[in-house]
Amino acid sequence: MLRTPTPSFFRPRKAVDQRVLTQNRTLVHDINRRNVLRGAISLGALSMLTGCDVSEDNSVQKVLRTVSAWNDRVQETIFRPNHLAPTYSVAEVVKPPRFNAYYDIEDVKPIDGGTWTLGLAGRIENKQPWTAQQIYALPEQEIIIKHICVEGWDYVGQWSGPNLRDFLQRVGADLTAKYVYFICNDDYTESIDMATALHPQTILATKYAGDRLADPFGYPMRLRTSTKLGYKNAKWIRAIEVTNDFRETFWSKQGFNWFAGI
Amino acid sequence: MTTRAVKSTNHERRLHPLPVRIMHWINALAIFIMVGSGWKIYDDDVILGWLHFPDSLVIGKWAQYGLQWHFFGMWIFVLNGIAYLTYGIATGRFRKKLFPISIRELLTTVSDALRFKLGHDDLTHYNAVQKILYLGVMTVGILIVISGLALWKPVQFSELANLFGSFQTIRVVHFLCMAAIVGFLVVHISLALLVPQSLVAMVNGGPTVDDGAPPEVNPTH
Repeated sequence: MLRTPTPSFFRPRKAVDQRVLTQNRTLVHDINRRNVLRGAISLGALSMLTGCDVSEDNSVQKVLRTVSAWNDRVQETIFRPNHLAPTYSVAEVVKPPRFNAYYDIEDVKPIDGGTWTLGLAGRIENKQPWTAQQIYALPEQEIIIKHICVEGWDYVGQWSGPNLRDFLQRVGADLTAKYVYFICNDDYTESIDMATALHPQTILATKYAGDRLADPFGYPMRLRTSTKLGYKNAKWIRAIEVTNDFRETFWSKQGFNWFAGI
Repeated sequence: MTTRAVKSTNHERRLHPLPVRIMHWINALAIFIMVGSGWKIYDDDVILGWLHFPDSLVIGKWAQYGLQWHFFGMWIFVLNGIAYLTYGIATGRFRKKLFPISIRELLTTVSDALRFKLGHDDLTHYNAVQKILYLGVMTVGILIVISGLALWKPVQFSELANLFGSFQTIRVVHFLCMAAIVGFLVVHISLALLVPQSLVAMVNGGPTVDDGAPPEVNPTH
C-alpha cells in the first residue's frame, strides 16, 4: 500500500490553512450573488473552486455530525452481540502487526511495566488498581482476527489476553451501564458501547503472536475487539471507567464516527 | 378544471413525470457527494498505485470530512434509489421504457453511433443502447450499495461479505462500480449536452406522451 500525501488521521494534523478562503472571498461572494450554485451542490463545488472546505463550516459540521450520531444508533441496532467475526489461521498472521497512531512509531513513549498500574473508575465495585503481573496472571483468550483500518487497509493479527467481559465481572462492574471508557498513556481516549465490551471476541490484549506485546503496539495492555475499526482499539491503557455518561473521545472529537463498528 | 388535469385523466403525461425529475436530480446530488467523498476515502489507502485523486477533486479536506459526507450521502442515495426503483416498477415505467430490447436494434444503433449518426429526433423512445446502459447503470447502482454495505459492516454482515471474498476484494468491487458509474456519467452528460432538449426535458418534463396504451404491443404475446 502506498502512503499518499493527502491529509490523513495517521499523520499529525496541522492547522487548516484558511488563506485560500480569504484570498478568494470576492470569488465566493460573486458566485453566491449570481446564484449559480445552490444548496448542497454549491458546498462541494465551492470546495473545488477555492480549495477551501465547507465541511468545516459550523452549520455543515452540525448536519454531518448529527447524521454521524444517527449512524451510531443505526449501528447499535444492527449489532449482533453474539455473532462472531471471521477468524484466521496462524499461518496468515502478519508479524509484526501494522503500527497505527496519530504520530510516528519513533515517537512512541514506552511504558515501564514494573511501575505501571491499571486504574479503575466509575460503576465498578472493586476499584483497586491492577499491576501488570496481576493482569498477566489472569486466564488468557486468543483471537486471530482482522484489524480493519478506517483508511481501508487490513491485516490478520493474533492477540491474546484476558477476556474483557470476564475482567469486568471480576471487578464487579455494572454490566448494564452504557459505556466502557479507556484512558491511555498518550492522552488518547476511546470508549465502546457495553454490548461490544461484552462481545466474546473483545479482550484486553497483552500478547501478540504468543509474545509479550511490543512497545509500539500497546505494551503492557491494549484493547482488541473484532467488531470495531482499528482506531477504537485503545493502546497503552492506564485506566478503565464504566459509565453511563457519553463523552467524546480522541477521534470522535475530530469528527470521526464514534461507534465505528464493522 | 385546468387543461393539464383533463390531459392527465386521458393518460397523457409528460415524458418525465414530476417524481422522476425530482428523483433524478436528487440522485445527481447524491452521486456527486458519494463519488467526491469516496475519492477522498480512497486516497488514504489507494488500490491502484498510479491513481490518486487530486485534492481539488475530492470532497472533504480531511479524512473525517470525506467519511462524514459519504455516510451522509449514502442515506440520500439509498432512500432515493429505493423510491426510484419502486416507482419505476410499480408504474410500469421500466417495462414501457426499457423493454423489450431488440438485438437487431442494438446492432443498428451501435453501428450508427460509430458513424456518428445519433438519432435523437424522438426523445420519448429509448434506443437499444440507451436501454442497456440505463439497465446496466441501475444494476451497478444496486451492486455499489450491496458492496458498500459489506464494506461498512464486514463483521455484522459477514455472510454477505463472504460472498465477495476478502475485505480487499469488496473494496475493489466497490471501486469498479464507482468507475462504471463515472464512465456512464461521462457518456450520459456528454450526450445530454449534445442534445440539449433532453436536458431541458429532465427539468420541465419534456413532450407529452400518450400513456394510455403501451407502445409496440406484440400481438403474438
